[in-house]
Amino acid sequence: MAEIKVSRTIDARGSFCPGPLMELIRAIREAQIGEVIEVLSSDQGSKRDIPLWVSKAGHILLSITEKEGYTSFLVKKAK
Amino acid sequence: MGEKLSMIVFSGTVDKLYPVGILASGAVAMGMDVEIFITFWGLNAFRKDQIKQNTKISKDFEEMGEAMMKMMQAKNVPSWYDILKQAKSVGNVKIHACSMTMDLMGMTKEHLDDIVDDVVGVGSFIDIAKDSKITLFI
Repeated sequence: MAEIKVSRTIDARGSFCPGPLMELIRAIREAQIGEVIEVLSSDQGSKRDIPLWVSKAGHILLSITEKEGYTSFLVKKAK
Repeated sequence: MGEKLSMIVFSGTVDKLYPVGILASGAVAMGMDVEIFITFWGLNAFRKDQIKQNTKISKDFEEMGEAMMKMMQAKNVPSWYDILKQAKSVGNVKIHACSMTMDLMGMTKEHLDDIVDDVVGVGSFIDIAKDSKITLFI
């Protein structure tokens, strides 16, 4: 698999719902189409909320990776 | 016009103002517009001299207020005000002040924090809110 180039990482660990999602929305807004944003979140709600927002907003969720005590989401801006 | 969440905010205690900010955030994240009508104690909480100093908590949970505040500070939870401001920066969130409460308390728009958009009568708010998907009284 080709390596994914992450344009920006948002470390939202320790931030509570809906903090990580809101930070992702802002970052996506500031990004260029095609750029990949990584969000690190320890908030339990993110696992449902982030994929839901990404599909609603029409972007692409490249991966969800469980790490030690947090989750990493890779989101590609599609439009 | 998108889907709408309307909230009538009557309460002015911090524990009830948090959900206002959080629900507004969730709604804008999901692409909804948010219309908030602040009245009575809810409006009082948006006064310039109150908005950041307010530490009041519902009577029912009064004894837990201080411990809760300390825990939230320790965990760096943003204030309800900052959460609401963030929601406003992400989407379409309008905050309308109740003109009746303003008249009763002898207040003008200048007494309120800049986060408040305008002063309206209850009729105007009902007109704004009537086609909402979700309506809450807090």
